[in-house]
Amino acid sequence: MPEPCATSHRLPAWLPWFIGRLGYGLLTAWVISLVVFIATQALPSDPARVILGPDAPLESIQTLREQLGLNRPILLQYLSWLGQVLHGDLGISLDSNQPVAGIILARFGNTLALLGGVLLVVVPLALSIGVSLALRRDSRLDRWALSALIFLKATPGFLLAIGLVLLFSMPQFSLLPAVSILDPDKHLWQQLEFLLLPILALSLSSLPYLARLVRASMIEALESDYVSAARLRGVPEWRIVWRHTLPNALVPAVQGVALTLRTLIGGALLAEVIFSYPGIGTQLNTAIQMRDLPLIQGVVLVITLGVVAINLLADLLTVLLTPRLRTARRVTLIQRNRRGIQSWWRRPAAKAP
Amino acid sequence: MNAHALMASSPATPAPTGFAPSVGAGVAGEALRVENLRVELASGADIIDHIHFSLAPGEILGLVGESGSGKTTLATALLAHARRGAQIAGGRIDIAGASLLELKGDALRRARGGLIGYVAQDPAMALNPALRIGNLLRETLLAHEPLLARAAQADRLQQTLVDVGLPGDREFLRRFPHQLSGGQQQRVMLALAFVLRPRLIVLDEPTTALDVGTQAHILQTLRRLCKEQGVAAVYVSHDLAVIKDLVDRVMVMYAGRIVEVAQRERLFARPAHPYTLGLLAAIPDVARQRPLQAIAGHAPAPGQRPQGCAFAPRCARRSAACTSLEPSLNALDSAQQVACLHPQLTAVAAPTVVPATMLSCADTPLLSLRDLNLSYDRQVLFDLSLDLYKGECLAVVGESGSGKTSLARTLAGLGDTAQAELTFDGQPLSLLARQRPAATRHRIQYIFQNPYRALNPRQTVAQCLQAPLEHFFGLKGAACRARIDAALARVALPPDAAHKYPHHLSGGERQRVAIARALVCEPSVLICDEVTSALDVSVQAAILALLKQLQGEGMTLLFVTHDLGVVRAIADRVVVVREGRIVEQGPAQDVLDHPQAAYTQGLLAHSPRLG
Repeated sequence: MPEPCATSHRLPAWLPWFIGRLGYGLLTAWVISLVVFIATQALPSDPARVILGPDAPLESIQTLREQLGLNRPILLQYLSWLGQVLHGDLGISLDSNQPVAGIILARFGNTLALLGGVLLVVVPLALSIGVSLALRRDSRLDRWALSALIFLKATPGFLLAIGLVLLFSMPQFSLLPAVSILDPDKHLWQQLEFLLLPILALSLSSLPYLARLVRASMIEALESDYVSAARLRGVPEWRIVWRHTLPNALVPAVQGVALTLRTLIGGALLAEVIFSYPGIGTQLNTAIQMRDLPLIQGVVLVITLGVVAINLLADLLTVLLTPRLRTARRVTLIQRNRRGIQSWWRRPAAKAP
Repeated sequence: MNAHALMASSPATPAPTGFAPSVGAGVAGEALRVENLRVELASGADIIDHIHFSLAPGEILGLVGESGSGKTTLATALLAHARRGAQIAGGRIDIAGASLLELKGDALRRARGGLIGYVAQDPAMALNPALRIGNLLRETLLAHEPLLARAAQADRLQQTLVDVGLPGDREFLRRFPHQLSGGQQQRVMLALAFVLRPRLIVLDEPTTALDVGTQAHILQTLRRLCKEQGVAAVYVSHDLAVIKDLVDRVMVMYAGRIVEVAQRERLFARPAHPYTLGLLAAIPDVARQRPLQAIAGHAPAPGQRPQGCAFAPRCARRSAACTSLEPSLNALDSAQQVACLHPQLTAVAAPTVVPATMLSCADTPLLSLRDLNLSYDRQVLFDLSLDLYKGECLAVVGESGSGKTSLARTLAGLGDTAQAELTFDGQPLSLLARQRPAATRHRIQYIFQNPYRALNPRQTVAQCLQAPLEHFFGLKGAACRARIDAALARVALPPDAAHKYPHHLSGGERQRVAIARALVCEPSVLICDEVTSALDVSVQAAILALLKQLQGEGMTLLFVTHDLGVVRAIADRVVVVREGRIVEQGPAQDVLDHPQAAYTQGLLAHSPRLG
């Protein structure tokens, strides 16, 4: 019998696959930068007029347009912008006259800290809730917990956030600051208390989805043939949960976490508005209101790159967590399996029921 | 062979002779003793009931029945396990002196695996895709013998791997299940069971997913291990032919009851229960061509068992007493017990051997394929040419991965990347169905392997048959209805089946609907892709008879299969495909009786046979 065999000396097939994906990701980011650039040009507003105000005389506006290079052909404008971006220069904000890169860096750092906090809270919580509910499937606890999760999911995020404020930051019982007005002179790590409520609010609103996802994939894994075979072999229950089931249930969870992060990275508006948290979402909002074109372009570019990076990481983790993909010898095998989250062992059984 | 027969009515007679029960067996040299076992659904309906039997160390029992007979339920009940929604409601299981159903918690966990091993049906599903083979084996060993020293552990693993015929090197132990072939995966399952040195091994159709050659090797290994180590085995199968060379005794189940237990030779020579007779008559035999007889009707579902003998409604020998009295298992003699009021007591006459009709091949082929090359990731078909003559049944035979299904799909117009010259009825024909003219497209139809997945669950049978009629012939209303009724009648389905959804139909009925769907297109060629491999043997016999009858009415059949018995039953000519190339072709009789290619000889040698 000719045997497929994984030789350890060869380069794993997922490496070229990953490099290909990286290339596609960068291509996506480039296309989006193009779209954003064209879209901002189509906005019915003139940056020069925005800067000089509605009462400025036409000549000064013309002069400023020339200074800003706005009367050059659009292609030239795009190319020079792209060239600057590649050198790390995102331009100067029209509104504040600060370098865009600096503004975004601070704001994006805040958003990343928020996301990191949410990740630290939600992933362990969703895993433990999902696993323990799956193990007690259809019990009273499971039914009540599911109802509670659905209730939580149905509650609008801002209600949750306001509820948290009412709980933790009333005048007579003030544990945590209700508003996250960060001191720009201090490092974020020195004012972590401002992060707690936003993290809690975002975690609560994304917990139901992830916990139910983990529960569902755990149940599916627990019902698989390999788990019943392990049970009938006398493998202890704790090993079945931690060694046999969880590794297989993690893959859908990874994709779920990536989905949550993707929505949060640009749109953690819930926390940013209610807690006045200085994240990148409100920054984009103000930039659009001010018609601050360089800032809009910069923010969108950074968010796009963030989403691309999250997708890449999630896909890489999926491949590394799935032995069949990790040890694949041909790139095509990975590509075929990566279409959708449907894993090869979740295909319907070949034999009829 | 040991002759021991156990039942409710007669006292136990321990094995007097046989395989030295030297291993420290339990009471009276028995490895397993089951008494009055009952498994029921939550509703209280019994899935299996009144199960009594026992096994001596080293004895292999074949447990045979069709789907729904309760054989898998019984197999898992032997490990004190019932599927979701069912529970073991009563009875007693003694394994090597321990009463299994009274064990709880950790004691039960230790008994599973330690006393009783289990080998599941599909090794690809039963091996965890995330764990390495070595880790699985070590984990299993440590779960039961945590005090074993590291060296002794390694020794035991090596010994077991050698026993089941696997390489024991480090590289192999580091592999994941998907890096093994199907046969190796099943050997790993055997190793996982035998590494603990159990007293009993339960095997649930462990070879159905494997090719005949691999199956024969696995069965050989299993028999050797059981005899060497004195391990008793219960081998569950739906196919009597498969277990013929493996088991010592056969137990036939029907509708949750044991209907017959007999020594192997006795059962095949003188089956006493009409159901066993029916099963034997339905199995196609590689060795000789004979008319296959299906068993009419269905097995009753749990809770719908008729009063009296459950088989009576399908039985040709039934009398008035059969419908009122449920027969218990009685001994005919020391080698055979049967639960029937009118058992067959004499040997069955040898079946009439039908001389195969030699088709006078028309001079020009109806369908002619030249130089077919097909690749997906790699090339699967190489310069393959074949001719299909009008009115014949051509069987395409090969193991899994030989490219036989790709060949069939290409002829049907589904092979996207194929390159070949195809002529149909003297005219060149496109390899893509959508580029074929409608006037010829309807003349080549395809029937899929799995009837459970080939029918749209949201369409009734009538809707399913109506679509091609509207598409090809623009028929609507009454004209359409008449054609549908005619097609259903042709596949022997009642007219009221038209309003049913697929989930209301049994597997055999679904496959008939799939055939009817092809027939309404008025095809001249039917391409059948393993159309019976998902069906029970008795249903398979009926479907094969139907296809044979269609052929008699002038249909041309291309029948793809891995089962040489089916080839013997239905084919006029055979094409043997191996790794994308034809290794042998010719009239079915010549190829099956005097195979020329070594590959065909091997296939034939490994094919299970009744004779």
